[in-house]
This record gives sequence, C-alpha cells and structure tokens, in this order.
Amino acid sequence: MKSLKELKELRETLQKEMSARDNTDKTKIIVGMGTCGIAAGARNILKAVLDEIEKRELDVTVTQTGCIGMCEKEPLLDVKLPGKERITYGNLEVEDIKKIIIEHVINGNMVEELAIARFEEGGE
Amino acid sequence: MIMRELSLHILDIVQNSITADASIIKVVIDEDIKRDLFLIKIIDNGNGIAGDKLAQITDPFITSRTTRKVGLGLALFKEAAKQCEGDLRIKSALGEGTEVEVCFRYGHIDRAPLGDIQGTLISLISVNPDIDFIYQHKYQDKEFVFSTIEIKKELDGISINKSRILNWIEGYLDEGLEDLYGGD
Repeated sequence: MKSLKELKELRETLQKEMSARDNTDKTKIIVGMGTCGIAAGARNILKAVLDEIEKRELDVTVTQTGCIGMCEKEPLLDVKLPGKERITYGNLEVEDIKKIIIEHVINGNMVEELAIARFEEGGE
Repeated sequence: MIMRELSLHILDIVQNSITADASIIKVVIDEDIKRDLFLIKIIDNGNGIAGDKLAQITDPFITSRTTRKVGLGLALFKEAAKQCEGDLRIKSALGEGTEVEVCFRYGHIDRAPLGDIQGTLISLISVNPDIDFIYQHKYQDKEFVFSTIEIKKELDGISINKSRILNWIEGYLDEGLEDLYGGD
C-alpha cells in the first residue's frame, strides 16, 4: 500500500523545485466539463492533457469551464498562452491532445485544423 | 444512453456542487449486493437550492434555461436510475448544501458499470485544487475512504494538482479499490 511517508518525500522534492521556478505568467488549458462535454468524452481529454503535462514536465495551469453553448462541438479545450489570444479547439479525440501540446503549448503555433474559435485577450 | 459509466454521471453531478460554490464535496458509493442495491450519494456544503426550484429540478424542460446552473445532468441521472428500478432524490435548502441520492437495482441488466471512478476523482481534483473531496466507497462489508483534506495536511502548502502528486493519488486510489474488491 502506498504510504503517506512517500507523499511527504514527494512534497519535499517539489518544494525544492518550486523555489527555483518563476510562477507568474503561465499557459492555461481550459477543458469544457458541462454535461455535454462529459458525455462527449471530456474526462478522457482532461486525462490526456494531464498525462502529457506529466510526461513533458510542463508548468501549465489546467482549469475547467461549464457548457459554453457549443455542445455539438464538445469535447472542447482552450489554450491560452501568456499574452496571446485564447484558442478554442473542438470535436477533439484523445489522439489530438499530443499534437496540441507539442505544437501549441510548447512551440507556440496554433493547430489550425482543430481550432474552431479564437478570443482576444480579456475573453476570460 | 449518453453516459456509459456511473462515474461519468458522478463527475457531472459534482459540477453542480462546484457551481454552487461548495468547498467540501463528498461522494459516497455503497455496493450492497445482498440487498441488490447500488447507492450513490453526492453531498456538498454549497449554496443549496430553494424549495420552489427543488421540485422542478430534475425536469429537463423546466430547468434547461432558467436554472441553467443545474441543466440536464440530474434529469439524465434520474432517467438512468429509473430504468434500473431505482430513483434519484435531492435534499436541499438555501444555505444548507445539497445531497443527491441515487439508487439502482444492483443486478439490473441496464445498470451501467461504475467505470473509471479514479479518473473521475483525478479529473475533479486536478482542476479544483481548492475544493476538498471526500470519497467513501463501501463494497459488501469492506470500506475504502479517501480524503483530500488528509492529503493536503501532508503537502504543507504544495498544490495538490501538481503532476507527481496527482500521479501518487491515482496510484493510491488504484490500490485502495483493488483492495476493496479483492478476494471476490
């Protein structure tokens, strides 16, 4: 059985790393978790996002949003790079997540064929 | 059937608690095979629901726009329960939090499996690090309890949704559930 001692060690490692990191303007990933999103597979999309973040050790904030009225395009996911416009991706499959993470989150280029909308700064 | 797993319904219903500004959300599962009963409770300390709205809340046609915050999720869950000779009930009052209780006939052929409840919990914790989740799962005579309150005590200010912490929690839940179902 996993022990809380293990957790304490993990905490200590993370505390050391934290102090070395600049925490100000992080990239945000927002997953649609309304009933429509969940029914369309949002949980697996979120899991894929978390897996990619872990695998690539990215410092990204992941949040959720409710139904935004584009239910037919769920699962939806937004990427907001610091200082850039917020891009909405739709009709996503788990396989698309790797591409969005590598091309958009890491390299800063939006994935045209999966994007369905863009919002100017301040759109959330 | 839109939601293929009960754990997806749970993920969906907990969203209502989040919208209602709950700070503690408890998910209780009781698999009582002897009584042929699968019971799910979602209990929160959020804003609660006023009496006049409560009566209509599982009606999809009344709730879809005016009480947008609740939406279709409860109606879908109730429908799923009714198909399995069960039902969904809501206890709530303004300022008193909300308790959603859903029961299914355990052995009913149309009852969806619980599915990836670990995935549901990890999803919830990852995007709501400031909300506390308590998970209590009974199976026959055994019980597994998980609480983010206990985890956060050990973390001493480190955010619970860091990748490696979530990974640890996932492993912890996997082991806990394996143990719960073990020997059967």
